[in-house]
Amino acid sequence: MDSCRVLLDGSRLIVESCVRAGAHVYVGYPITPASLIFSYASRRFPIALPAPDEITALQWMAGLSAAGHLPVTATSFPGFALMVESINMAYMMELPMLIIFVQRLGPSTGTATAGAQGDLLLLDGLISGGYPLPVLCISDLMDCWLLPSIALRTAVELRTPVVLLSSKEMVMTQASFDLRQLPAIEPVHRAFYQGPGPYRSYDPGDGLVPPFLPVGNDRHIVRLNASTHDRSGLLQHTGEEAMANTHRLGEKVEALTPVLYHLDEQDGAQTLVVSYDITSGAAREAVRILRSREIPVSLLLARTLLPIPAIYYEVIDRYPRVVIAEENAQGQFARLLFGRRIPSKIRLIGAVGRMVRPEEIVREVLAG
Amino acid sequence: MSIFLTRPDLPFCKGCGHHHVVRSTVKALEEIGVRPTDVILVTDIGCHGIVDGNFATHTVHGLHGRSVALAAGIAMGLPPGKKVIVYIGDGGATLGLQHLLEAARMNVDLTVVVHNNMLYGMTGGQPSSLTPRGFRTGITPDGVSLPHHDLCRLVYDAGAAYVARVLGLGDFSETLRQALEIEGFTLVEVLELCTSYGVKWNPGLRLKALAEEAGYTPGVWTRPPRPVFRLPAGSGEPLSPRGEGLLDLPPVEVWFSSPLEERWTMILSGSAGEGIQQAAEILARAAMAAGLHVTKKGSYPVTVGVGFSTAEVILSRSPIFYHGVHEPDALVITSMDGLRNQWDRIERMTRGVLWVDASLPVPETGAEIRVRDFRGRAGARYAALYAIWTVLRETGVLPPEALLEVVRGSPLADRIPVDRLASLG
Ligand SMILES: Cc1ncc(C[n+]2csc(CCOP(=O)(O)OP(=O)(O)O)c2C)c(N)n1
Ligand code: SF4
Repeated sequence: MDSCRVLLDGSRLIVESCVRAGAHVYVGYPITPASLIFSYASRRFPIALPAPDEITALQWMAGLSAAGHLPVTATSFPGFALMVESINMAYMMELPMLIIFVQRLGPSTGTATAGAQGDLLLLDGLISGGYPLPVLCISDLMDCWLLPSIALRTAVELRTPVVLLSSKEMVMTQASFDLRQLPAIEPVHRAFYQGPGPYRSYDPGDGLVPPFLPVGNDRHIVRLNASTHDRSGLLQHTGEEAMANTHRLGEKVEALTPVLYHLDEQDGAQTLVVSYDITSGAAREAVRILRSREIPVSLLLARTLLPIPAIYYEVIDRYPRVVIAEENAQGQFARLLFGRRIPSKIRLIGAVGRMVRPEEIVREVLAG
Repeated sequence: MSIFLTRPDLPFCKGCGHHHVVRSTVKALEEIGVRPTDVILVTDIGCHGIVDGNFATHTVHGLHGRSVALAAGIAMGLPPGKKVIVYIGDGGATLGLQHLLEAARMNVDLTVVVHNNMLYGMTGGQPSSLTPRGFRTGITPDGVSLPHHDLCRLVYDAGAAYVARVLGLGDFSETLRQALEIEGFTLVEVLELCTSYGVKWNPGLRLKALAEEAGYTPGVWTRPPRPVFRLPAGSGEPLSPRGEGLLDLPPVEVWFSSPLEERWTMILSGSAGEGIQQAAEILARAAMAAGLHVTKKGSYPVTVGVGFSTAEVILSRSPIFYHGVHEPDALVITSMDGLRNQWDRIERMTRGVLWVDASLPVPETGAEIRVRDFRGRAGARYAALYAIWTVLRETGVLPPEALLEVVRGSPLADRIPVDRLASLG
């Protein structure tokens, strides 16, 4: 048989990828459009725990992570908002975990069953102090398979919570898909501190990431701390050692977050189309249409959103015209890249309450 | 000095009740005879929570009010035999009351020590929900006017294995020892005074008299053992994924062919409970059986059992990058709910074909209109599938037999009378 075509949705691939990567605890609280992930997880994860609310979900995950497990959850803005303080805690304690953030239409409860890309700027300022949190973003069904395991590996290798960003149409739409194109997922390898001690939870040695040891182990005591702390994990006001430790949290994420993107440059192209998440599909379609009309155009689809990879600026600098397409009213990715003063060569295509259409991107490219 | 301590001096104000808690905890641990690596102390935010450095055990210092949920995560993830202790204030217990009730309900194996000094010490002495009526604080100079929660009762009613309230004077290590030795959720509420703020605003205060007046009666409440909530991983059992694997899906073989050259889009809209999504999924599989790429998505109100149900299906010869449908080639309406949901779109349509059930009014539209008796002929339950059958017959985008074949080869075969639908013509 040369193909194995099935009808499936992205949520299914995401959950299966997490499980094969070695995540074994899912902590869930239902919310549309992330509930499909919860229901698949409840069928497939070795352990799936229903939490009584999203704050508890994140706290349980932090506790489970501290005890050496690798937990996963999925939510949407209302639940994510409740998790913010606890994600900061896990970031400060350096606890690996994966939070899948499925965007829907806001503000507030908004429209639960409508898609959106409205929460990127929230993620940029999420960690108090402005430290970067790794945010990876799914742009097609293949990413639903590849990115969860990369996100989990990043969480473990960097000792940090990681956000996998997506949106309603991305994880709930069913599509024909050939399963044989899926590469195998390597389980994430977990190595715990093996040294003779004394173990210091936040001593990174020569690197940026301290070796991990679960609390409750029989060999060395472990100290975890959400407040400003020294290398041993003990409370410190603003001492030099503590400030250096806090600084390291941002440094490790800046230096070690994998840089993932899709770049398809065409000779002679004067315009670069940039997109991410659900609008990647419209961007791909627009590029296909333009090229079929012999109009050269290049395409950049961002998978690593935060910290912003420097390469994005390098690519953008090569083009006299750049069209950034995303499903929000502000041009959040453009703002992330350029702040409020977006260079005039950058054109924004947005939509609210519906998907951005390929024709809109085509029109903007042709207007140049 | 005890093996559980790193140094003897504690970080609290002189006379603070928190001193007694630490000393009694250490004594209880010594009596039980565990090792420091067997103990995980999880501390909340508050004066009581700054003792981590004094303990030579595992220590975890989390957020205000969340320590019980954090400790629950740790305790459920560890093997039996470890002692997970939470230090929390009356402020933290107020903020995180639900976490206490949940952990008690689940019977997670941990011991919560509530430092009830009847106010928020660290932030300068404001009232909590455990501050008794009449107690004066910095922001309630005339005394608190509401009664306090009986935390012991709440937690006991929620299912705690062991609950005790003690006057936090002197040595209460025996109570803590009992709590720590029980496998399951235990809580000890320690009544204390904050010498800096409690005594300042309530001069001459005596703990015993205050407790009596407030109805804070010391006591122990227990119940027979019941199962403890722990992850199988924590009990040393092997962990493997459940079930068949989510990719164990029925593959669709290509048996048919389609003349379709380009992208063809259809919106099917009707009433919830009338098989709209199922019919659209059958169409999607039929298109796959004809070698096409497809996407299918559903939209319905949050109350999925009533109102409209709409499905969008795209069929395409080439891969589908964009799965939005702006102006469909086919819009199929099987009921009034569906018509209302699609009314605006129908009015905007400048091309395409509208198939609409004979029982419904037809809006002004630029689409070609085809009125068909879907409901009358197939009944409400199968109107949607019959409508798709009709559309395929009239457009030829797929051989209609593909639809029948998909149903026959699926678990729906016994339930959907495809042959009858096909015979309706
Ligand atoms: C979410 C949140 N809100 C408010 C605070 C500020 N805060 C710090 S300690 C504290 C009160 C602590 O009182 P209690 O729990 O009774 O402990 P005590 O200081 O009396 O030992 C508060 C409100 C915080 N840290 N986090
Ligand atoms: S402020 Fe009150 S609660 Fe805090 S250490 Fe001093 S006496 Fe104890």
